[in-house]
Amino acid sequence: MVASASSIESSSTSGVIVAEDGIPLKAKLARTTRRTRLRALLLTMPLLLFLVITFVIPIGQMLLRSVNHTAVVNVVPNFAVAIQDWDENDSEYPSEELIKIFVQDLARARKVREVGKTVGNLAVRVNYEIPGTASIFKSAARKVGKFEDENYREQLFALHKKWQNPNLWRTLKRISHAYTPSFYVAAIDRQYDEQGNIVKKPEKLSIYVDIFLRTLWLSAVITGICLLLAFPISFLMSVLPLKTSNLLMIMVLLPFWTSLLVRTTAWIAILQSQGVINNILVWLGVFGDESRPQMIYNQTGTIITMVHILLPFMVLPLFSVMKTIPPSYMRAARSMGGSWLYSFYRIYLPQTVPGIAAGTLLVFILAIGYYITPAIVGGQDGLLISNLIAGHMQQSLNWSLAAALGSILLVIVLFLYWLYNKFVGVDNLKFG
Amino acid sequence: MTVSNDPLVQFQHVQKSYDGEVLVVKDLNLDVERGEFLTMLGPSGSGKTTCLMMLAGFEPATHGEIYLAGKPINKVAPHKRGIGMVFQNYALFPHMSVEENLAFPLQVRNMSRSDQEDRVKKALDMVQLGDFGKRRPAQLSGGQQQRVAVARALVFDPDLVLMDEPLGALDKNLREQMQYEIKHIHERLGVTVVYVTHDQSEALTMSNRIAVFNDGVIQQLAPPADLYERPENAFVAQFIGENNRLAGTVRELNGEHCAVETVDGSIVHALAVNVTKPGESCTLSLRPERVITNPEPGSVNNNFQANVVELIYLGDHIRARMSLCGNDEFIVKVPNSAGKSALQEGASAPIGWLEEDCRALAM
Ligand SMILES: Nc1ncnc2c1ncn2[C@@H]1O[C@H](COP(=O)(O)OP(=O)(O)O)[C@@H](O)[C@H]1O
Ligand SMILES: [Mg+2]
Repeated sequence: MVASASSIESSSTSGVIVAEDGIPLKAKLARTTRRTRLRALLLTMPLLLFLVITFVIPIGQMLLRSVNHTAVVNVVPNFAVAIQDWDENDSEYPSEELIKIFVQDLARARKVREVGKTVGNLAVRVNYEIPGTASIFKSAARKVGKFEDENYREQLFALHKKWQNPNLWRTLKRISHAYTPSFYVAAIDRQYDEQGNIVKKPEKLSIYVDIFLRTLWLSAVITGICLLLAFPISFLMSVLPLKTSNLLMIMVLLPFWTSLLVRTTAWIAILQSQGVINNILVWLGVFGDESRPQMIYNQTGTIITMVHILLPFMVLPLFSVMKTIPPSYMRAARSMGGSWLYSFYRIYLPQTVPGIAAGTLLVFILAIGYYITPAIVGGQDGLLISNLIAGHMQQSLNWSLAAALGSILLVIVLFLYWLYNKFVGVDNLKFG
Repeated sequence: MTVSNDPLVQFQHVQKSYDGEVLVVKDLNLDVERGEFLTMLGPSGSGKTTCLMMLAGFEPATHGEIYLAGKPINKVAPHKRGIGMVFQNYALFPHMSVEENLAFPLQVRNMSRSDQEDRVKKALDMVQLGDFGKRRPAQLSGGQQQRVAVARALVFDPDLVLMDEPLGALDKNLREQMQYEIKHIHERLGVTVVYVTHDQSEALTMSNRIAVFNDGVIQQLAPPADLYERPENAFVAQFIGENNRLAGTVRELNGEHCAVETVDGSIVHALAVNVTKPGESCTLSLRPERVITNPEPGSVNNNFQANVVELIYLGDHIRARMSLCGNDEFIVKVPNSAGKSALQEGASAPIGWLEEDCRALAM
């Protein structure tokens, strides 16, 4: 006893605990666990690589694309550099010199026709900022080859009166950078005015903020409904004998075994105005044949269908948490005089919080980024932000705006996650 | 201790089946007196917990009636029965501190905050955990959690406390210490306790009376000493304490005494507990510590030569396994006193026992 006490004392006199051979205990431990750590690293390597390739790189790409657009600097490189010296407060238009550079860049770009660096790319980019200008760039490019070698400005301005708009040149100067915030400006329904200040877009052109808010609101509603529906069934499954609860679980998971598309279209058959539910309601006399309620191609359709699809993601974490709560807690509370409701509220409910937190987080984040279902059954007012992002990816081909919208969505999700962590604690979540 | 002649709890012809096919409790009749410490003892699956759950109100009785303080309670909801409970896993609410756990039954009863604090403090002091009120259950050791569970079951002054294997999760030393503590608390408060265990030494230590359960039936209901000294049937004899069993047939029945012929033809004189007629087959039950090695001639009326098969040294005594009357597992406990270790493995030794120590039980 005495000997061991003194040896501990001697080995820790310097503040660092050392092993018998004088090497610090920490270092020795690290050495002995190195193999284990190496093996763990090797085991996770494939997944790590996979995630880097399929997750980290694309997200990085997206973030980059949302602020990076190289059309101007690539198509008219000399002009893009030179115009930065022009002070738009001094003169209405850039100098003859600058316009000469611009014309020459245009002519060269038309001749070279490098993929991704054509006049068309430039025209599209400028068109984002000033709609309806694309054509003047394309027609100018065709004609600048025949320009006289003097009075470039005059010749250019004679092509189309839009060239005489000072705002066109100010905009060209503003976007003559590889990196630009303008897609974020557009993504939050703002635009640049003639003086280059960021201002609100006119009401009828503003869509993104509204749809962001609608996406958040609908996701919250869907999450709430899922929670209300999932809680009782999870509770029931957790107290029923294994055989019965397995059967219920299979029924909860059944939707997973059917294709998402099939399920969504099935909802159309059920909910449409000539659909099953409407027919039954009319038959029962709840509604007249004329006033069949619209339950699909609007928010109602989006909510009903998405609740159905996301419900299992709420049931699974709730069930897995509830199953670990022994019935003796409720029994103890009741034996001490708590009514069933009171005991449930004070004793049972608090213990299901990790499951509630995990389920709501999961469903909310899935809902906020959902695409296919609202696209099919959402109509106009059931669209979510993902549908707009997809639209910019596939139809308008404004990938940078799509990336900016996507990045904002990502930030919102990260913010929610941070909030969750603050109030619930991520290590408190229990997914299964 | 409340003095009254009425039993606090009465089970009257109570039956219970979970599946409609098997009776888990068969015609239970049991009175629990006020202030009594009654233990339900029996092997796992014998229906003890089920009885407790019916009493607490968490399982309905399939048939029969349970009375609490003279009133039938079959239709009374669990939270209106005013019964304290201690569970095997303690069931301390993990999201509440120890104090909050103890205050729960007081809050339910709308007790004033200062009264709550008084009660909680007194209850914690009773189990010597005065300084642990602010901790979460997970921050306590198993023994401490157990005490909190006991304190919580008592803090609202119930007349009756049920405990279902409350010490099952503790290690041996702690278990024995807690047995005494619970026993002392019971004596001090005079509360009625119905206690469930499968551990016979625990039951013998703590109880005023023990109900031995097997297969949903009370085999014997008696104070600990009676149960040990005078088991009424083969199951009880075997379950309580260690026991040698010899199968045989009654040859002569003479009032309280009888002569039994064992399978190898030897005659053993025994106490007739519930054998009724000669020719009946029976079990002879004999405690290992009642067997005497090298008995003085004439001091006992059962004398045999036994073969010593195995000797095990256990410190305070030596366990001898012998072969006798057709039984190879005949155990004899020989006190480890000076000059008494004359037994040799493989040799034969004279042994004997008193007629009163050997009980003939009907099969
Ligand atoms: N909730 C239940 N459903 C079905 N059978 C049960 C249930 N609880 C206990 N049993 C059965 O009843 C019998 C007695 O169980 P129990 O009262 O827990 O015994 P003990 O507490 O003596 O070990 C056992 O066979 C057990 O399988
Ligand atoms: Mg039990």
